[in-house]
Parts: sequence; C-alpha cells; structure tokens
Amino acid sequence: MGGFSQALADAFSLLWGFDARVFEIVLLSLQVSGLAVLIGTFIGLPLGACLAVGSFPGKQAAAVIVNGFMGLPSVVVGVVVYLVLSRSGPMGDFGLLYTPSAMVIAQVVLVVPLMAAIARQVVEDTWRQYREELAALRFGWRATVRVLLHDCRFSLSVAVLAGLGRAMSEVGAVMIVGGNIDRSTRVMTTAIALETSKGDLPLAIALGMVLLALILFLNAGAFALRTSVMRRFE
Amino acid sequence: MSLFPLQLRDVVFRPNGRAVLDGVDLTLSGEGITVVLGPNGAGKSVLLRTICGLLPSTGGVIDWGGGSFDPLAVGMVFQHPVMLRSSVIDNIALGLVPRGIGARERRMAAMAMLEQIGLADRASDNARQLSGGEQQRLALGRVWLTRPRLLLLDEPTSSLDPSAVEAVERIVRQIRTEGTKILMTTHNLGQATRLADDIVFLAGGRVREHVSVRRFFSQPASVEARQFIQGELPWHLAF
Repeated sequence: MGGFSQALADAFSLLWGFDARVFEIVLLSLQVSGLAVLIGTFIGLPLGACLAVGSFPGKQAAAVIVNGFMGLPSVVVGVVVYLVLSRSGPMGDFGLLYTPSAMVIAQVVLVVPLMAAIARQVVEDTWRQYREELAALRFGWRATVRVLLHDCRFSLSVAVLAGLGRAMSEVGAVMIVGGNIDRSTRVMTTAIALETSKGDLPLAIALGMVLLALILFLNAGAFALRTSVMRRFE
Repeated sequence: MSLFPLQLRDVVFRPNGRAVLDGVDLTLSGEGITVVLGPNGAGKSVLLRTICGLLPSTGGVIDWGGGSFDPLAVGMVFQHPVMLRSSVIDNIALGLVPRGIGARERRMAAMAMLEQIGLADRASDNARQLSGGEQQRLALGRVWLTRPRLLLLDEPTSSLDPSAVEAVERIVRQIRTEGTKILMTTHNLGQATRLADDIVFLAGGRVREHVSVRRFFSQPASVEARQFIQGELPWHLAF
C-alpha cells in the first residue's frame, strides 16, 4: 500500500512539475490519434452514409463486414499494417514502418469500421424519415449523403468520439507498427505498458491519469457542444 | 416540352398481389387545380406517388404529353413535411440543391420565397420550431421555388387549424396563378369546393368520376360518389 501511495505521489509530482517526458508522450499521442480520427472521419462517416443510402449488390454483405470489423483485434490490424509497410511489403518503399505515420495508418484502419458502422445506423434511421421527400425533391444519392451527414451531425459526434476513444486507448497495433521507440513513436498506451512492465509505476500512473482525463474532457466537451447545438435545432 | 396532357392509361399498382391502383384511366390538362377525392385506402396517395415517380407502377402507361418524364418538372408536398435540423432559410433553399444552383443564388431565391409565403421574419429560426401550418407553408415554398410544371399535394392541410388551412390555400392559389398545374388529395370537401376546378373521384383503386367541381357536387354520377358526398362512405370500396 505504501508503494502504491508513493507511486501515486510521484505521479502527481511528474504532472505538477510538467515533466517534459510525460508531455512529449502526451503530445505525440494526441497528434497520432487526432490525425487518425480526422482521416477516419472523412472516410468512415461518408462510408457509413453510403451504406445506409446506397442501393447496390452486396450492400448487406458490406454492412455485415463493416459491423464485424468494429471489433477487429488491434494486434491483428498491427500485424497486417506491419506486413504492408515492412520492407518486403507492398508499401515498403515508403519507409513508414516505426514512424508515427505507420501508427496513424494502423489507427485509421481501426477507427474507420467503428465510425462507419455507427454512421450507417444513425443515417439509416434518418433516411427512412426523409427518403420520400428527398426523392421528390430529386436528390441523387451523393446529394442525399451530403444532406444526411449534415443533418445527423449531432448524432454523428458519437461516432467521432467512439473513434477517438478507440484510437487513444489502443495499444497493440501502435506497439507493432510504431515499435514504441523513445522520443519517436512512444505514445501514452505503449509507454504505460512498457513502464508498468519495467516497474516505473509513477510514469505509468501519470500517463494513465492524463489519458483518462483527456478522454473524459473530450467527451464532456463534445456532450456540451452537442447539447447546446441540439437545443437550437431539435 | 410540355408535360400535358398527362394521360394515365390502365395504370396498375399491385404490391404483393393486392391492387391499390386497379386500372386508373385519367387525363389531366396543364392548367388549374384538380382535386382527388375518395375514401381512405382508395389509392389517392399512391396515385400521386406513382405520378411523381416515387412508386413504380406495375402496369399501364403514363404518357407525359407524348414526351418523356422530366422529374425536375414535377414536385410533391407531403402531409407531414420533413424539416431538416437547420434554419428556415436552409430548409427552403433545399429544393434548389439538386438543380445545381450556387449557394449565394439559392439563398437569395430562398429569401424572396420566404417573403412570398410570409415567413421572412423567421428566416434564421429553427425550422423544427415552426408551427404545423408554418411548416406546411415552408414545404410548399420549398417546392414552389423549383418552379414545377406539375405540383402534387398529398393532403397538405389534413392536420392544420382553419387559419393555417386558409394560409396554405392562399399559397396554393398563388402557385396556380403562376401557371403550375396542381393535383391534390384532400378529405375536406369544403376545401375541394374552394380550390378545385375539377374533381377526380377514386374508389377501389379506380377513377369513378372525373368532372367539374360544380357538377361533382350537384350531380354526382356514380352511387359511390353520391354516398361519399352524403357521408355514407361505401366501406367495401375502401378496403
């Protein structure tokens, strides 16, 4: 118990003293996950909306695949992205392995199915209500997707938050493709795993607290924004 | 190219074997207001949706004045219009989006239309907070803005109070004055007498009468129409 209290006290002192190592790791985590979610938003949300609105052969199968990929194990994604980016892989020439870019790619692969599946459900529910009116106004499917994405923007913030949560808490894939290299590809989750195994609990606890606080802060911010904007337009 | 005369010949809509439209024959000129009357389940809304191209007929021919169907020339307003989670002006400009009109022009045209339908002072309000009558006026303005040649109205005033009905009817008359052909359904016989030039009486998925409004109410030719006007609805024809 005394060891835990000491570790907790040391963790607070790391945070209180704005430890450079901690904040370097936090910053890289935010950059990698933020970029991954941004890219994922531009891919996942339109993909989900297209699956909701589109009428094409294999639509049901595509929806099942996207839903299935929501629970994709991150280590499997890590291995696949590793194989693609490794020297002998199809994208080996770009030299991305063990760089933050590789971590972004892995996280994009992880968050896109999750965001697409949530977007599909949200957009489909709205589409059922709007279908006739938009068809009568002669909206093609592209224009319909744009209108529905805009109209569902408040509900779709849930998809973005879910993606952000998945990206920030993910450890397996970024460990494999990033290599957890100090001052290069070490992010909060991989650092927590490493420092815990090394027995450096203060750093692991400090990063854990930051991670938790960030996720709570982002969720609270998004909730407040969503509530205030919905009050205006619902 | 003119859409008229619009001719429906033996139009059938039979989903899952049940005939909702059972050989509709109808000719519409390009002017005035034609009101479709009939009991619930007679096929009025389905007829409008079929003409609009929202439902594919399972038989028969729809002849658009000898030419092909131009979807942009046909507009439709529903009983319960959809309001996007956005402002009134965004909602009214929505109809111009598929027409490839730029955002600036859309906004200007939308503002002018809001003036016309008496909602200019609500332009930046949340469209979902408008009253039912205001929402229906907005829906009419949204389609009117696209300048359709044929406007289909599916019971546009069924859930509105008398003052809102009056406001909607005023807009319908204005649209008609601009030369748009209007085909509307209603259960309100008073509204039919106020607005209609001619009446189509539909029962059991077939057109039983298509005559002038005066003749329909003074000398209904069919037993079904007579019973309908007198409030003795022939239920066997409805279901």
